[in-house]
Amino acid sequence: MMMSVYVRRRSVDVTSKILMGAATLVGVFFLFWILWTTLRFGLAGMHWDLFIKDTPPPGTNAFGLRNAFVGSLILLAVSLLIGIPVGLMGGTWLAEYGFRGPTANAVRFINDIMLSAPSIEIGLFVYAIMVAPMGHFSALSGSVALAILMIPIIVRTTDEMLSLVGSDMREAAIALGAPAWVVITKVTWKAARAGILTGILIGLARITGETAPLLFTVLNNQFFSGNLFHAMANVPVVIFQFALSPYANWQQMAWAAAFITILFVLALSLIARWFLGKVQVPK
Amino acid sequence: MSGSDVVLPKIQPLSEKPKSAGISWHLSADFLFHKTAVFAAFLVAGALFATVIAIAYDSRTSIHVFGIWGFLKSSDWNPVTQTFGAFPFIISTLISSAIAMVLGVPVSFGVAVFIAEIAPAWIKKPVATAIELLAAIPSIVYGLWGLVVFAPVFAKIEPWINDKLGAIPGIGLLFQGPPMGIGMLTAGIVLAIMILPYMSSIMRDVFLIVPSSLRESAYAMGATTWEVAWNIILPYTRSAVVGGIFLGLGRALGETMAVTFVIGNSNVLSASLLMPGATIPSVLANEFAEATTKLYVSSLIYLGLILIAVTLAVRFCAVLLIRRLGRKEGAAA
Repeated sequence: MMMSVYVRRRSVDVTSKILMGAATLVGVFFLFWILWTTLRFGLAGMHWDLFIKDTPPPGTNAFGLRNAFVGSLILLAVSLLIGIPVGLMGGTWLAEYGFRGPTANAVRFINDIMLSAPSIEIGLFVYAIMVAPMGHFSALSGSVALAILMIPIIVRTTDEMLSLVGSDMREAAIALGAPAWVVITKVTWKAARAGILTGILIGLARITGETAPLLFTVLNNQFFSGNLFHAMANVPVVIFQFALSPYANWQQMAWAAAFITILFVLALSLIARWFLGKVQVPK
Repeated sequence: MSGSDVVLPKIQPLSEKPKSAGISWHLSADFLFHKTAVFAAFLVAGALFATVIAIAYDSRTSIHVFGIWGFLKSSDWNPVTQTFGAFPFIISTLISSAIAMVLGVPVSFGVAVFIAEIAPAWIKKPVATAIELLAAIPSIVYGLWGLVVFAPVFAKIEPWINDKLGAIPGIGLLFQGPPMGIGMLTAGIVLAIMILPYMSSIMRDVFLIVPSSLRESAYAMGATTWEVAWNIILPYTRSAVVGGIFLGLGRALGETMAVTFVIGNSNVLSASLLMPGATIPSVLANEFAEATTKLYVSSLIYLGLILIAVTLAVRFCAVLLIRRLGRKEGAAA
């Protein structure tokens, strides 16, 4: 009798361990499957013309993504310009002014909800407040949408990282007569800079491949454009349109663009992890 | 040394306005810095409400024409006749997310327990990194992979599903259809892979905060690893685990690009999971750029409003449940 209970418990344990190991293998398997596919198709589509020529019209055998790469870089740069100040200041308010008060906790709660907002909703929001009133798609509205997706990440990491800075450092600075804004910018920001930078990198990685919000804000442009107030070519929307097109060279370009995007995002994520490893709890 | 030699520092009463230009400059800089921070925090919090209000406002034309119940229960989506109804998209969104949850939740739990409890130390870190990198892959790449690589492979498995599952009376109806590779089931599987890293990393994080005294007492009583995971760790972290599952659900409901690639984009609802469908995000992604009339655009935004109402409720519960565990931790400490 005792023996059978023992055997049953043991077999349940072994079976569950095998199943959980298998679940993990499944996850890792899909990661490598997707990465391998992107590598294989992406390298096959690599071509020097991708970087020096613009997207070709349908029906030709030409290659080119220059306008999309430049457009994406502009979009990302402008969203960083919007997202970093707002995110950094918002996080700073939570950690340095709001503390654990009810208002600060309410803002944290809302920020956590925004953190998991589906990107398509943000796209619709920016369409409603910018594209519809202006009457046309614009790169600026795309950057605003990407910034809104990135800000909650920066707010949260900034808040957490600043809270890790010990109060003795702040007190020492205050005792020397430094006003609050000097204490924050010269002491606490500095002490937490590795962590804050990690948040920015994670935010950038999250928005790099975002496609859905761009469909409602920037759309696409067949030509080279640096005008923030007009539709602009960008990598994610080009991938979307080219992948579903019937032209072989367009599909190849979609894979090449996907490969470069994934390389960029994975590099950012790994650098961010490495940075996070460097973050020591500042005393 | 007499007392008169001591130079007392001039103490400035607080009520008096500081005369030094340096101090007053710092005071206004302080003021500006504080107000900028308040403004940024206000923007962060206000974005959520602004999103709901702006989207609700822009769907007013469609709400006015079709009403609320009329729009929700109508299956008629026809841009030519300008009649719009959300029913097929709502059902498809729910079904594809349900498939993703059925497949994704057990796997995520398994991954989390494996990383937190079972894996030897040297394997923990690389495996955890690999699973988290799944979250770094942009959804458009999932879509591309799903359409070009996964769907053809899945099309070879579908005849088998037809034969085995399709033969079961009752639920067999769900698994009948031509082996196209794309459709609701494919979308659900791709979604399950996409939400796996989010759910498993939250579960793993909360498993790791279970006090080791609890865990060790159980092991000391002779409990097996499975018994500790199921009877000790899971009950202790239940609210956050459910919160993590809700977070995954919120992601699945709103996921756009990957679903758009693999669901097949049919506006007609079908009984079979192997048939194509269209979710709210996928119809938005497909039709928004070509929507020409005001009513058409407004109806699409109305779909977005329904989506936002559902995901907002789900995300609200998720954050609430995850925070509950944090409070319990705080109380115990």
